[in-house]
Amino acid sequence: MLETLSNILHLIFSENFILTVVTASTPLLLASSGELVVERSGVLNLGVEGMMIVGAACGFAGAYLSGSIAIGALCGIAAGVALSMIFGVLTLGLAVNQVATGLALTIFGIGLSGLIGAKFVGEKIVPAAHLDLPVLTEIPGVGRLLFGEDAFVYISVALIIGIWVFLYRTRAGLVLRAVGDNHTSAHALGYPVLRIRMLAIMFGGGCAGLGGAYLPLAYTPFFIPGMTSGRGWIALALVVFASWRPARLVVGAYLFGAVSILGLALQPLHLGIPQQVMNMLPYLATVVVLVLISRTRGTAGSAAPASLGLVFVPDR
Amino acid sequence: MKKWNIFAIAVCAVVALAVTTFGGVHAADKLKIGFVYVGPIGDLGYTYQHEVGRRALQKALDDKVETTFLENVPEGADAERAIEQLVRAGNKLVFTTSFGFMDATLKVANKYPNVFFEHATGFKRAKNMATYAARFYEGRYIQGQIAAKMTKKNVIGYIVSFPIPEVISGINATMLGAQSVNPNVKFKIIWVNSWFDPGKEADAAKTLIDQGADILTQHTDSPAAMQIAEQRGIHAFGQSSDMIKFGPHAQLTADTDYWGDYYIERAKLVLDGKWTSTDTWDGLDKGMVVMAPYTNMPDDVKAMAMKTEAAIKSGALHPFKCPITAQDGKAVECKGGNRLDNGQILSMNWYVKGIDDKVPGQ
Repeated sequence: MLETLSNILHLIFSENFILTVVTASTPLLLASSGELVVERSGVLNLGVEGMMIVGAACGFAGAYLSGSIAIGALCGIAAGVALSMIFGVLTLGLAVNQVATGLALTIFGIGLSGLIGAKFVGEKIVPAAHLDLPVLTEIPGVGRLLFGEDAFVYISVALIIGIWVFLYRTRAGLVLRAVGDNHTSAHALGYPVLRIRMLAIMFGGGCAGLGGAYLPLAYTPFFIPGMTSGRGWIALALVVFASWRPARLVVGAYLFGAVSILGLALQPLHLGIPQQVMNMLPYLATVVVLVLISRTRGTAGSAAPASLGLVFVPDR
Repeated sequence: MKKWNIFAIAVCAVVALAVTTFGGVHAADKLKIGFVYVGPIGDLGYTYQHEVGRRALQKALDDKVETTFLENVPEGADAERAIEQLVRAGNKLVFTTSFGFMDATLKVANKYPNVFFEHATGFKRAKNMATYAARFYEGRYIQGQIAAKMTKKNVIGYIVSFPIPEVISGINATMLGAQSVNPNVKFKIIWVNSWFDPGKEADAAKTLIDQGADILTQHTDSPAAMQIAEQRGIHAFGQSSDMIKFGPHAQLTADTDYWGDYYIERAKLVLDGKWTSTDTWDGLDKGMVVMAPYTNMPDDVKAMAMKTEAAIKSGALHPFKCPITAQDGKAVECKGGNRLDNGQILSMNWYVKGIDDKVPGQ
C-alpha cells in the first residue's frame, strides 16, 4: 500500500509527468481564456470547437507553406477571428439566438477545416522550438518546466495574467464587465454595447484559433481532420468550472490536464481502479466543483455575468 | 414577391440536387460501385487504406467501373440512408467499410435483392451480402518478435483504443510473437478509449516512455505516437498505414491493410455475373495484410522477421498455434486442431499468459 502510494507520488511529481500535463493543458487554457472574456461581456459563443479546428487547419497550412511556426500561429489567430466575426455579425447585428449560432459555427468549422486541411493531410512540420537557456534549462527538476517550454506555453500564461489585469485593474475591463452584467444600463450610460461585445467575440475567436493552432504546431505536428477531439467543449466547460474567474481558470485548466494524464499514467500501475473510472475523473471533478460553487455565496462564488446569452437590441 | 423568390430558389435547389444525384445516368453501361466510409479519407489510417483500395479498383478497371464514395458516415440510422442513397444512384455493388454499418447494410440488402453488398469486419451475411476482413494479428505476431529482439529494457509500450476482439487478439499475437524469441518481455498497456485523438495518443506515448518503455506499438489510428517515438529516439510500429514519414528513424515496420486486390476481384465477379455471398478473411498470404518495409533494425532481426512472414504466408506458422496458455495459467482449448479456430480469434476477450493487465470491463 505504502509502496503504491510512493509510486504514485513519485510519478505525479516527476518532471516528465508535469511536462506532459503542461502540453495537454495549454490548448485548453488558450481557448478558455478567450471564451472567458467573451462570456464576461455577456455573450455565449458555443462555437469554440469550430474556431479551434479551423485555427488548427489554417495554423498548419500557414506554418507548412511559410516554414515558420510564428506565421502559422498568426494564421490560426486570424482564422479564429474571421470565424468569430461571422458569429458576431449574426448574433449582434441580426440578433440571432446565440446558442443555435454557436452550435452551427462548430459544425461549420469542422467542415471548413476539413476542406482547408485536405491538401495538408499526411504532411509534417518541425514543431515549435523549446526554450533552451544555457544554465537555467539544465536545473534538475524544474529547469525544463520553467525555462524549457515552447513559446505557446509562455504566451498562454501571459495571456491569462493580462486578462486578469484587464478585467479587474482597468477601466475598459470594468466597462466590459458592466456590459456583461446589465447591457441595458450600460447602454443607457452611453457605452457602445454591441461594439464592445464584437471586440470581445473577436478576441475570443483569436484565442480559440491560437489554442487550435497549438495542436498541429507544437502538440502533434501534423494535421488531421477532427484533431481537436472535443477540446473546444472542454474549454467551454472550464469557463463554467472557473466560475468566470481568471485565476480559477488557470487552476482548472492544469487540473483538468493533470487528471486526464493521470488517467493514462496510472493504468500500467494496476491499482485495481477500472480505467473507465479514471477517464471519468475530470468530468466528475467538474460536477463536484460546480456543486461546491453553487453552494457558495459572495466573493468566493460565481462571477456569472447576469446578461449571459441574452440578445440585446439597442433602442437607438 | 418575396415568397416567389424563395419558391424559385427552392425549385432551383431541387433541380440542381437532382442533376448532381442522378446526372450519372449516361454512364449506365459501366458498373457503378459505391463505398461507405466511417472516417475522413484523410485519416492517414483505416479509412485512407480503403480509399487506396478504391483508387486501385478504379485504375485497374477504369473502362468498366465507376466508383464513388461517401466519407464520414456515422454508424447507425444515418448509415442506412447513406447506403440507400448509393443504391438509388444506381450503384450495383456497395462496400460498407466499418463494423458499425452491419445492421444498416443488412436492412438495405434485404430491401434491394438485385444489388450486391460487401460489409467489412462484420459477421452477418445474406444472399446478396458478403463479408470481408483482414487477419491483422498476423502482422502483429511479427511485430512482437521484432520488438522482443530490439528492446533493451524488455518493456514494450502498447497504446490501445477499445477492448474489442480485434484489438485483444492483436495484443495476444504481439505477446506470443515476443515470447517466442524473448520470454522476459513485459507489456505496459494504456487504453485511450478513442480510435482517434492525436493529443491523447501522444500523451499516452510520452507516459509509456517515461515509465520505461523503449518500443511503442499502437492500435489507434493517428501517427502521433510515431512522432513522439521519433522525438525521443526510440522505435515504434505504424498502424494501418505506413507511417515512415512521421518516424524515419523510429518506424520498424507497420501492419498495413491493402484492400485493392479484393475490391478488383469482387468487381470482376460482378462483371462476369459470378458474384456470390462469401465470407473472406485473408491475411499476409493473399496480400490483404502487408508489412511495411523492415527498417531501422539490424540485419539478423530483419532476416528473422522476413522468415516469420514467409512462414505465416505459407501456412507453416500460425500465430495462434497451440499450446496456448491463458493469463490465469489454464490451457486454452484448441478448436482448430493444432491452433485456435477462426471463431475463437474473432471473439477473443481474454489475455494470454504473461500480459500484466486486465481486459477492461472484465
